[in-house]
Amino acid sequence: VSLARFDEARRVAIFGGTHGNEMSGVTLVNLWVKNGSEIQRKMVDTKPFITNPRAVEKCTRYVDTDLNRAFTPENLSALGEGDLPYEVQRAQEINRIFGPKGSPEAYDVIFDLHNTTSNMGCTLILESSKDYFNLQMMNYIKVTDIRLKSLLKASIQLVECCFTSVNIVLCDWFIAGLEVGPQPQGVLRSNIFEAMRVILKHALDFIELFNEGVEFPTCTVEVFRVLERIDYPRDANGNIIAMVHPNLQDGDWEPLNPGDPMFLTFDGKTLHYQGSGTIYPTFINEAAYYEKQQAFVTTRRETLVASAIRKA
Amino acid sequence: TSSRICERGADVAVCGGTHGNELSGVYLVRELLKAKDIVMEEEREEPASVLMVLANPRAMQQCRRYVDTDLNRCFTHATLNGPISDSAPYEMTRSRELNAMLGPKGSPGAVDLVCDLHNTTANMGLCLILSLACLFQRQMPDVPMRFIHFDVSSKESYSLDSVGKHGFAMEIGPQPHGVVRSNIYTAMKDGVQHMLDWVRLFNSGTIFEAGFVDVFTIVKNIDYPRDSETHNITATIHPQLQDRDFLLLHPDDALFQTFSGETLRYKGNEPLYPFFVNECAYYEKGIALSLARKNTVAYHNMAFKVHS
Repeated sequence: VSLARFDEARRVAIFGGTHGNEMSGVTLVNLWVKNGSEIQRKMVDTKPFITNPRAVEKCTRYVDTDLNRAFTPENLSALGEGDLPYEVQRAQEINRIFGPKGSPEAYDVIFDLHNTTSNMGCTLILESSKDYFNLQMMNYIKVTDIRLKSLLKASIQLVECCFTSVNIVLCDWFIAGLEVGPQPQGVLRSNIFEAMRVILKHALDFIELFNEGVEFPTCTVEVFRVLERIDYPRDANGNIIAMVHPNLQDGDWEPLNPGDPMFLTFDGKTLHYQGSGTIYPTFINEAAYYEKQQAFVTTRRETLVASAIRKA
Repeated sequence: TSSRICERGADVAVCGGTHGNELSGVYLVRELLKAKDIVMEEEREEPASVLMVLANPRAMQQCRRYVDTDLNRCFTHATLNGPISDSAPYEMTRSRELNAMLGPKGSPGAVDLVCDLHNTTANMGLCLILSLACLFQRQMPDVPMRFIHFDVSSKESYSLDSVGKHGFAMEIGPQPHGVVRSNIYTAMKDGVQHMLDWVRLFNSGTIFEAGFVDVFTIVKNIDYPRDSETHNITATIHPQLQDRDFLLLHPDDALFQTFSGETLRYKGNEPLYPFFVNECAYYEKGIALSLARKNTVAYHNMAFKVHS
């Protein structure tokens, strides 16, 4: 496809607090709810929205269950109202407000703001390599802001039941998860806050330009495609028996070769990566993933071609 | 010169998980307990003088700082000895259990030394936090160590380490809560090992010479600027201050950056040393950073003598 055409993006949502202790998104959305002038663009209706207010209030990731895994078809159609887990109720509510997919009221673009304790820099999480709109937006941001050129990465991963699973929920087109780190949960760091703010500014500028009819020519974008999740070594009772090795810690997006140190046991023994080829690890030592059995995620580096895009 | 005489070999309690999401101490005490089990299995002589304690197991299970209330504020005499109801916060009940185990606070039966293990999201390196002049003075060659002094009388002390006759908190950062970083874990493991080695030397009759040590004595805390209605913070720690714990803060240096980009500056009269800069758990306590003066403190000769 040499030129892909899409309808203009008229309704844009910015979600913060999907995890209540990821403070950059919580703070930005609260700011913009109070005063949204910074996020307004010509001919675009931008709505900032706190998705998990109870978790935000308690400064915790979730109250009953992870909201970003709650968007299953079963959950969205479940009956029971107030008896349902809090986040399932929220998922249904959010689906009502911003979707559902296919309806004329559905939002066109949704940004879901996250932080990570991993040293990932700024990562746009996409669910498909055919996501030309988001790939072009990535390219635009990197080209426009020299500081983000190396800092901004794109990762393709299908994480079931979260916002970025377009085929399950919400809007017709484009959901982008924006993950910025490293930042401890519950902490607001000024550099991380500013980076997220700047990325969103450029993203909204891109949408405005697109809506005005600008054609973005074909481009190549480097992406990291998620392969598998690697858990911590555990004992027979399921307790962790080793930590991310100091050589791997903070090494997100750097090559991990077969034989490289991977884990360090509590009594000082090194465990090595046993894979068959070089991979690019990410989400290294994310606090929230201990309970999801995930020490880090392996990716393969790819270069994708995004077709030119233009408003229909 | 003077020497202080103790009646018997010092016993030590090493406590982890006082805050359930400060994971270095959780994992280290778990490992030490495992090693102890192995020793017991092999029927070697177990020195009864080191107690390993996981202080807040319910908070640990949920990987949270606390369940109802901060355990490390539950060790005042009033809290430990006052009336208690059935619906008391979990941590209040737990503090009494720990007091029975390691204390009672203020009594001759209390453990000699309590070492309470903590992590911080602040870039503080390895710190020992003391409210009394502590016996322990031992440097690790590769890891800078700092001493922080909180000036409270033993009546007002509220922390777990105040239950022993002597005690201190070992605080290591930066580490996000809920995360184990191997370099931080290793530093804590080495720190605890050095401390236990020191106690063994002490119990075997070594005389420790008097000397001097630099100590940071807390002067005040500074809160974030907050919205008068919602009480939400309206600024972050300024990028020029972030991660610069223990680097002198001068009057008029940058302190905060508001969300609208304005710089707020330190208005104090004297240069002070900041620490606990941007500690996650202190947002709710109204502390963006603490400020300290640096003092040089003299400590006495220390020796252990057996009564004949």
